[in-house]
Amino acid sequence: MSKPFIVEDPNLEYLEAARPEGRPQDAPAARPAPAEDFKVIGRRTPRIDGAKIVTGRARYTHDLHFDGLLHAKILRSPHAAAEVLSIDLSSALAYPGVKAALKLREGRVRWAGEQVAAVAATSEAAAEEALALVKVDYKVLPHVVDDLEAGRPDAPLVADQANLQPFNAFDRGEIDKGFAEAEVIIERAYRTNWEVHQPAETHASIAKWDGRVLTVWDSTQAVHSVRDALARVLQIPAADVRVVKHYMGGGFGSKLGLNDHTVVAARLAKETGRPVKITLTRQENSFCVGYRPSTRFTVRIGAKKDGTITALHMKNLNCGGVGRGDRCSEPFVDVYRIPHLKIEESSVFVNACGSRATRAPGHTQATLALEGAMEELAAALKMDPLQLRRKNYTAKSQGDTSLPYSLKRLEDCYKAGAEAIGWGRRNKAPGAGSGRYRRGMGMASQIWPGAGVPGTLAELRIHPDGTIEVECGTQDIGCGTRTHIAVVAAETLGFEPRDIVVKIGDSDYPWAPISGGSLTTPSVAPAIRDAALKAVDYLKGLASPKLGAPPEDLALGGKRVFVKAAPEKAVEWKELMKSIRRIAYFHGERAGHPSDTFAFQTFGAHFAEVEVDTRTGKIRVLKHVAAHDIGRVVNRQTAESQVIGGVTQGLSAALFEEKLMDPETGAMVNPNYHDYKVATALDVPEIVPLFIDVPDERLNNLGVKGLGEPPRIPSSAAVANAVFNALGVHVGEIPMTPPRVLAALKRKEAGR
Amino acid sequence: MGGGAAGAGLAGRLLGREENFLPAGPEDMEVEARRVVTLTLNGKRMSLEVESRETLLDVLRGRLRLTGAKRVCNRGECGSCTVLLDGKPVYSCLLLAVQADGREVVTIEGLAQGDKLHPLQQAFIDEDGYQCGFCTPGFILAAAALLQENPSPSLDDIKAGLGGNICRCGNYQKICASVGAAAKSKGRD
Repeated sequence: MSKPFIVEDPNLEYLEAARPEGRPQDAPAARPAPAEDFKVIGRRTPRIDGAKIVTGRARYTHDLHFDGLLHAKILRSPHAAAEVLSIDLSSALAYPGVKAALKLREGRVRWAGEQVAAVAATSEAAAEEALALVKVDYKVLPHVVDDLEAGRPDAPLVADQANLQPFNAFDRGEIDKGFAEAEVIIERAYRTNWEVHQPAETHASIAKWDGRVLTVWDSTQAVHSVRDALARVLQIPAADVRVVKHYMGGGFGSKLGLNDHTVVAARLAKETGRPVKITLTRQENSFCVGYRPSTRFTVRIGAKKDGTITALHMKNLNCGGVGRGDRCSEPFVDVYRIPHLKIEESSVFVNACGSRATRAPGHTQATLALEGAMEELAAALKMDPLQLRRKNYTAKSQGDTSLPYSLKRLEDCYKAGAEAIGWGRRNKAPGAGSGRYRRGMGMASQIWPGAGVPGTLAELRIHPDGTIEVECGTQDIGCGTRTHIAVVAAETLGFEPRDIVVKIGDSDYPWAPISGGSLTTPSVAPAIRDAALKAVDYLKGLASPKLGAPPEDLALGGKRVFVKAAPEKAVEWKELMKSIRRIAYFHGERAGHPSDTFAFQTFGAHFAEVEVDTRTGKIRVLKHVAAHDIGRVVNRQTAESQVIGGVTQGLSAALFEEKLMDPETGAMVNPNYHDYKVATALDVPEIVPLFIDVPDERLNNLGVKGLGEPPRIPSSAAVANAVFNALGVHVGEIPMTPPRVLAALKRKEAGR
Repeated sequence: MGGGAAGAGLAGRLLGREENFLPAGPEDMEVEARRVVTLTLNGKRMSLEVESRETLLDVLRGRLRLTGAKRVCNRGECGSCTVLLDGKPVYSCLLLAVQADGREVVTIEGLAQGDKLHPLQQAFIDEDGYQCGFCTPGFILAAAALLQENPSPSLDDIKAGLGGNICRCGNYQKICASVGAAAKSKGRD
């Protein structure tokens, strides 16, 4: 299999799918969200599959076993740039237990960790031992892994084109005019480093052929996308491919789309006629399956003395290895009223694995820079940073220049968040405290589409015994999707969530989008609701003659259909279904939304309080408040967990996480959980999740939006801004490691 | 690369019992240093033959198909493979199976009493003390050991007790709340 060496921006699909305008709008109009108070939706519902998880019975791809299973291992290039001259598999093939071996790459390898060969054997140990017997002749070539080095004219070329490429540009108004109108102008630099997803379950795939039909059990966020891509790569009909994922141990974007090793498993399984499993090691997971691309921003921002922003000029150098990295323009374009705006982004290629979408790609890095600049501008204006944000508030998208927002409750987030953190306690002037330990508070605003994908499908079935079963080709990546589906079906049909049988995670089920980009709930929940509403109509029709009342006078509840005015007049659900003696099917579809007349976005605001040890440079987060406007909340319990997780990951990225490369060898030097630091229980403060919980009635039949990315977007930025408020200097780079904090303090002393 | 991947493929054999545990390995493979290990696993005494180089984690997952303990880092960094060894939490990826000889091992599969969940398991469900659930067995067993030693821990005690476990989804706050709730419910019993 050969493919172009430059990884096309993996976020394109992710973000395109997240944009309502990128999807068909011809679906029927949504039924308006009902005004009545829900009984199940919005309350705290424990996960319906909780008992499986806590007893170890939830089976993840890692845990699956089949008779005759072979284990495969992949030999990866130790060189960041080389020519593979020859590969000799003969010794490996002769090793006891080895059943097949494949050459995966002859010609150029462009990053350390790129696939070169693979071996399938009867045990993992045998496969690993046989890998050492594969003889590869490399011609080592010069490489570059540093983004600034790679941009120099004499740097080794990663591709057959210049390493440095323009990537994204945007203009609004006249930038020079905007700065001429400004009374205060500041210019600041912000840098974010490579952050690795590091899901607990490493990537894993099992491939099994049955004649011409291929089944793949994959640790994936997208069963349908993997099915389609596998069919394309293997040149077989999509109808002959099935992809299954029951439980998955985290992804955060690294498991969107088809992985190279999955194709290898399928090829080895074909060749051996046996099922083949590939489980990546933690080391492979650290440097072979992507990371969040790095950024180097320069932000120049000008405002009137009263805080009215007149102009902003953002430049960014993106680095995503052999990939193109993230576009980081959208928060700049959208969040605040900025009449004169100029965006100039470029990408630089280096010899490292291509970056991949990482929870809120682009927005997270952009928010650190934009919100950092807002905080620093407020300081220059001697203004409350919250007031500065309010001063430049918008009611319409694209910085108040385009469509009106269907619903924007960001002001409510500001109000609730500021109150919960005690915003009045912050340093009125950044760095106003004294002594070794300094406290500070900071905030950041958030925007993300989260509108969902029209055309998402689901099927609801009622069996003659009254059992309700829901099928949808979505997947639960840890957010509680099974339970959300059960909540919506139970609400609509008058059941309890635990009574609903939910079947997801299989490409044979009705189409649903990737679980990424905050798409799942606003895509899937309305499709379930649609199917369930049809079932309600059907059941009322069945009950109407039995109860001697017209369908519109009937209601469902407690597994019965009853007359609203006289609830004692009722017929048991089971009796109704028994009478028809077959399964009743209800097709549900997520309808379109009016994206030509309204803009649909999620909003949020985070407030953090920190304490910085000025002697050691160590930062401790004391409290973090996260207020979110995501439309109607489906399940408060899992929504809180999503927010707590997003805040924790943002804190972790702000303080600890960085993929470090050795310039000499071009290899990652910290490919494990010990040297690549992630937050533990000891690092997290009290986190306060707040929801505005107002349905966006134009969006879909429930008024729900997505919540996956929103809490991750402003979390690092709020912590960085709190450190600025504590110290009077912005560290300007995440992770804010102790050396970087101390260097920032030195800069402050030197008056730079 | 840790040595833990060692012997998952070799045929497991339970001595004194009829069934074989899904032989997946090559019979013709040269085997060095096999040993019979006798241990009490989730309350049942058993003997099985292992390779000396096999970790307890790989024996549990590969030979016995007890897949609740997870292989996440395979080098003692994350706690997802935590089991109880004579009541103490251990990283089963850092322990050779032969080291469990003569000792008592409890995995997540052995924590509930039949259909009745352990108070910690119930609390993790009630408090949503998980997200993807992959690290959950390790957290619950680490917490079980903590509550054994300290039945009414403070929040700081809980954080310290769980400091050797990583939840990449980042739901520590609810994990700690789950442990706190379990401690309270046990106190009421």
